[in-house]
Amino acid sequence: MTATILQYLFYMALLVGLAFPLGLYITKVMNGERIPGVSKVLTPCENLIYKVMRVKADEQMGWKKYLLSVVLFNLFGFLLLFLLCLCQGFLPFNPQHIEGNSWHLAFNTASSFMTNTNWQAYSGENALSYFTQFMGLTVQNFVSAATGIAVLFAFIRGLIKVKSQGLGSFWVDLTKIILYILLPICLVMTVLLVSQGVAQSFAPAETVDLLEPIAVDSEGNILEDAVIDGDKVLVEGAVVEGAVIVRKQIVPLGPAASQISMKQLGTNGGGFYGVNSSHPLENTTPFSNMLEMLALLVIPVALCFTFGRGVKDKRQGRAIFLAMFLMLAAFLAVIAVNEQAATPQLAQNGAVDLSNIQQAGGNMEGKESRFGIASSATWASWTTAASNGSVNSMHDSYTPIGGMITMLQMQLGEVIFGGVGCGLYGMLAFAILAVFIAGLMVGRTPEYLGKKIEPYEMKWAVLVCLATPIGILVGSGIAAAVPGVMESLNNAGAHGFSEMLYAYSSAGGNNGSAFAGFNANTPFLNVSIGLVMLFARFLPITGILAIAGSMIQKKKLATTAGTLSTSNGLFIFLLIFVVLLVGALSFFPALALGPLAEFLGMTA
Amino acid sequence: MNHKSKSGFADRKMLLRAIKDSFLKLSPKVQAQNPVMLLVYISAILTTLLWVTALFGLKDVSAGYTLAIAIILWATCLFANFAEAIAEGRGKAQADSLRAAKRDVEAHKIPAASCREDVTAVSSASLKKGDLVLVKAGEQIPADGEVIEGAASVDESAITGESAPVIRESGGDRSAVTGGTTVISDWIVVQVTSEAGESFLDKMIAMVEGASRKKTPNEIALQIFLIALSIIFILVTMSLYTYSAFSAKLAGIENPTSVTTLVALLVCLAPTTIGALLSAIGIAGMSRLNRANVLAMSGRAIEAAGDVDTLMLDKTGTITLGNRQACEFIPVNSVTPEELADAAQLSSLADETPEGRSVVVLAKEQFNIRGRSLSDKEMVFIPFTAKTRMSGVDYDGSEIRKGAAEAMQEYVTHAGGVYSSECDEIVRRISNQGGTPLVVAKDHRILGVIHLKDIIKDGVREKFSDLRKMGIKTIMITGDNPLTAAAIAAEAGVDDFLAEATPEGKLEMIRSLQKKGHMVAMTGDGTNDAPALAQADVAVAMNSGTQAAKEAGNMVDLDSSPTKLIDIVRIGKQLLMTRGSLTTFSIANDVAKYFAIIPALFMGLYPGLSALNIMHLASPQSAVLSAIIYNALIIIALIPLALKGVKYREVSAGKLLSRNLLVYGLGGLAAPFLFIKLIDMLLAFLRLV
Repeated sequence: MTATILQYLFYMALLVGLAFPLGLYITKVMNGERIPGVSKVLTPCENLIYKVMRVKADEQMGWKKYLLSVVLFNLFGFLLLFLLCLCQGFLPFNPQHIEGNSWHLAFNTASSFMTNTNWQAYSGENALSYFTQFMGLTVQNFVSAATGIAVLFAFIRGLIKVKSQGLGSFWVDLTKIILYILLPICLVMTVLLVSQGVAQSFAPAETVDLLEPIAVDSEGNILEDAVIDGDKVLVEGAVVEGAVIVRKQIVPLGPAASQISMKQLGTNGGGFYGVNSSHPLENTTPFSNMLEMLALLVIPVALCFTFGRGVKDKRQGRAIFLAMFLMLAAFLAVIAVNEQAATPQLAQNGAVDLSNIQQAGGNMEGKESRFGIASSATWASWTTAASNGSVNSMHDSYTPIGGMITMLQMQLGEVIFGGVGCGLYGMLAFAILAVFIAGLMVGRTPEYLGKKIEPYEMKWAVLVCLATPIGILVGSGIAAAVPGVMESLNNAGAHGFSEMLYAYSSAGGNNGSAFAGFNANTPFLNVSIGLVMLFARFLPITGILAIAGSMIQKKKLATTAGTLSTSNGLFIFLLIFVVLLVGALSFFPALALGPLAEFLGMTA
Repeated sequence: MNHKSKSGFADRKMLLRAIKDSFLKLSPKVQAQNPVMLLVYISAILTTLLWVTALFGLKDVSAGYTLAIAIILWATCLFANFAEAIAEGRGKAQADSLRAAKRDVEAHKIPAASCREDVTAVSSASLKKGDLVLVKAGEQIPADGEVIEGAASVDESAITGESAPVIRESGGDRSAVTGGTTVISDWIVVQVTSEAGESFLDKMIAMVEGASRKKTPNEIALQIFLIALSIIFILVTMSLYTYSAFSAKLAGIENPTSVTTLVALLVCLAPTTIGALLSAIGIAGMSRLNRANVLAMSGRAIEAAGDVDTLMLDKTGTITLGNRQACEFIPVNSVTPEELADAAQLSSLADETPEGRSVVVLAKEQFNIRGRSLSDKEMVFIPFTAKTRMSGVDYDGSEIRKGAAEAMQEYVTHAGGVYSSECDEIVRRISNQGGTPLVVAKDHRILGVIHLKDIIKDGVREKFSDLRKMGIKTIMITGDNPLTAAAIAAEAGVDDFLAEATPEGKLEMIRSLQKKGHMVAMTGDGTNDAPALAQADVAVAMNSGTQAAKEAGNMVDLDSSPTKLIDIVRIGKQLLMTRGSLTTFSIANDVAKYFAIIPALFMGLYPGLSALNIMHLASPQSAVLSAIIYNALIIIALIPLALKGVKYREVSAGKLLSRNLLVYGLGGLAAPFLFIKLIDMLLAFLRLV
């Protein structure tokens, strides 16, 4: 028991311990300060890029130009990836000779990776060539993450600058973020992962002998109790006709480690292999597991501290951090307790010994026995908090309440740390809502960081906050009415509904994880989920930049005793309250028909 | 305007008018202005149509249930209309009495101020800007204007409610007159400054009636938030319909949700409480301001008052009583105190100013020196002039003078007398203490100094300390020298002061405060205050002041009271607080409504969900009805709070927030659980469901 709890505490402490210094480093990058040791190497590269790309390093863009740059850049990335997916059959680095994707799968994949969602309606080893993986997906892993951080930088500038216009240059921000932050960390992490045995190769898949051959019937189903005698397959002494003996297996390879480190760091989450980080070559050892797990939250956490430094009031960053951290800790606790306690059904006839607190006890369905409940539950809560979506266990197999929490974290708008950059700016939009209500309650026109919140800011802030609920409700609401969708379900009843709801929650939160078993590769699902992802990504980006563009022109009000503190415990409480309330009001009915119905049906 | 309700009859009349208006406001044009209530309105129409189709057999639930929902929804609309109508009622009553003052009168137009005999009688409505009119005793002033000649006492009770007449005269800061007021004595020549339809009275009627009420930025921002919430709830209920169909199909049963119930759910969830009360809160805030006898030129100004963090207050009248009082006689050069007091009293006998009288009183109190008869023929009184800056009396062969220190020094030394360093020191000491020294001399020999002291008003210190707790800084504006100002500032407990204030100094100070991010409020009356008033975020012009000042300000204080600023800030804050608190209450209510309706909807589909029916409501139908009845009744229940405003205390932002969160947030979570259960029990008891 103690050991298990210590494991959770260790992960949380390590996360914050790593994030804090990283946050300070990112502030320096944002402000364009010289960084001893690093600048010497990277500044010449940076300048070279500006020269070749004809970027004006000192350009100050207004919000509309910044937005236009973001959109055009992402549109270009989208088209490139879309074409790669369609045409990969004719392109190099395709040792498995994989064909081009269907148009709707290509659309879904391109939307998904461009929006930092990384929802995968395909399985990497079967559907994508190495070329598409490293030229398409890995590139988007970098630039979609950098886009999120760049928009955050622009927003922070909007908050601190007074009566001016320029939010900085998107091209400069993009370059700096990739060059100074993402590439170096990714490089270190890739080397560490390779040291743990994670695949990194252009070689085609290997074929190796199975330690023990297995037999399948003519339809490909494994014969459980088969006895293999030479070329014959016997079940209970009788020869099975048409049975096939499998003696070899294919071990998929590919440039995995480099893509995996970025999928974790950039809150992308799209696995190189279909089963993501529960695949033994994607996540090899307990150390690689810890490394990948920390990587999926470290930048979002660090950005809170960057924000505090950026607005020149560390307490502001700390308050936002604490609000997120407290929610994360609470949700993690709920998942951990529920997975450990499992369900009465599992204990039936002594199938699972629930009294054993170690990994054999509890709900181990869908979890890797090498990771156990603590590392799986932590990953599950972090990946859905972080809008990452990579998994090391199957969320579909979680207990109803454990699975509901993963869903809820996405439905809250991915603001519990959330995606790199976008989680924080999403949370700041909630902070604007919170100060609006709180400001009214103390009899002042609301202000945040000295800037007044007026109808214009309010309009965009509510759109930013409600983009996720709108995306999820509209998407899943329509899907529930479309006849074919029901055939994609892997389960009946409330759990089946949850699978569908999870898919749209994942898209609306730009998360990318899934309740496994939901067959998402149909034209309707590919297109509708793709559209939800685009909506939930670009509406907030537009809103945040519009708010930044308006805030930057405002004067900064003086702080007095009548000013509502946005850094004390009361405000943290209020912020959490607003986030939970908006989420609960939007999704209580949906959750009641899914996981709550499943849970109450199970316990009743 | 102090029109307090005269009798229960007036109240009942107002109530009847409000009830009538509630129905009139059902017109789509009125409803369209309030998006949240428009949603309820459309829902009411929709359920009514559903009822009608149900009567013809096309239905998914019983016709009686649909009818019940429809009736409650119509009631919700009416309650919201009633809230607005009752808030408007008070303003309408005020407007009626103002209209009585605004009647067409005969104006006596004259070609020039010098030819007062050449009178042309015209209608007041035909007067143009710049026209000159002669107004004599007993006549009503036909239009707003500036007195350019003469002086008269004017009865302004028609607009201020104050029956004591005021003096209006040409030149200076008391030259503005308002159309609709009446000259009681003497005559004045008025230059018209506004034309019919744009007069002060017109503006006032429009303001109190709410006709020119525009939504303020803050109100718009709140409305955006409420609309966004409503949109989310529309999506929630619409998606719930397909979810329900989807889940029912998975379970192989019929879709358990009816359109009627979903419409009821939508109305329950939409922020109808605050939506219904929003405009009433705004109107009531304005009307509270009117009752404080302040006329805001826009709703914006009253909200800005809530944001103000710096008050620039005139010393005289706000911080100190209007006059100084003698508190000590300090003799110099071995003169006895009695001798000084005697001379001081003599010199002040004819001085009718409060300061002069206080000298006489102090001499009597301290040394029992009786005032001598003024009729003494040998007394020759020398009045105070701005030039000599001294006054006194020639009596019994001696020349007694009192005056400002520098003036007296010059007077004494000029005649060969001595202005001793002892005297100089006393003068300086008194100044340092914030007092005013008056030097007294007899036959060019200095007897001593009278210490005149500013008397700080009772309770201002506490008031300022309360304001400080709320983060509002007070700045004292005074014409005194810096030393005097500093001493009074310290005694009164203001945060800062502006000494030797000039109009330019005030303007400069406002600008620099605003640059540092402060929001500044000030009061002013003179024409030279106009630039500062125009610059300030909240500018209250005295009604007694000049036309220029009134135009520069964004509020007019009909009482011309310098302390009014503090009330205005309170009303502004209270308005915003009421909005915020009721919004919180409204949203917090939704939690309980979910717990009432969701289990009711889906217990048939998933029996386990009955565990969520924590209120143990009798049946699905009674659950829905109870929730929606609560939703309607809470509007009525909260009307008094919307009109009165939430409780206001002068404490820090953090304390205010925690208190209001506790009362309206937690209260909003808990209250509906209790009341929905009670309504459900009542419905079950009456066997209505």
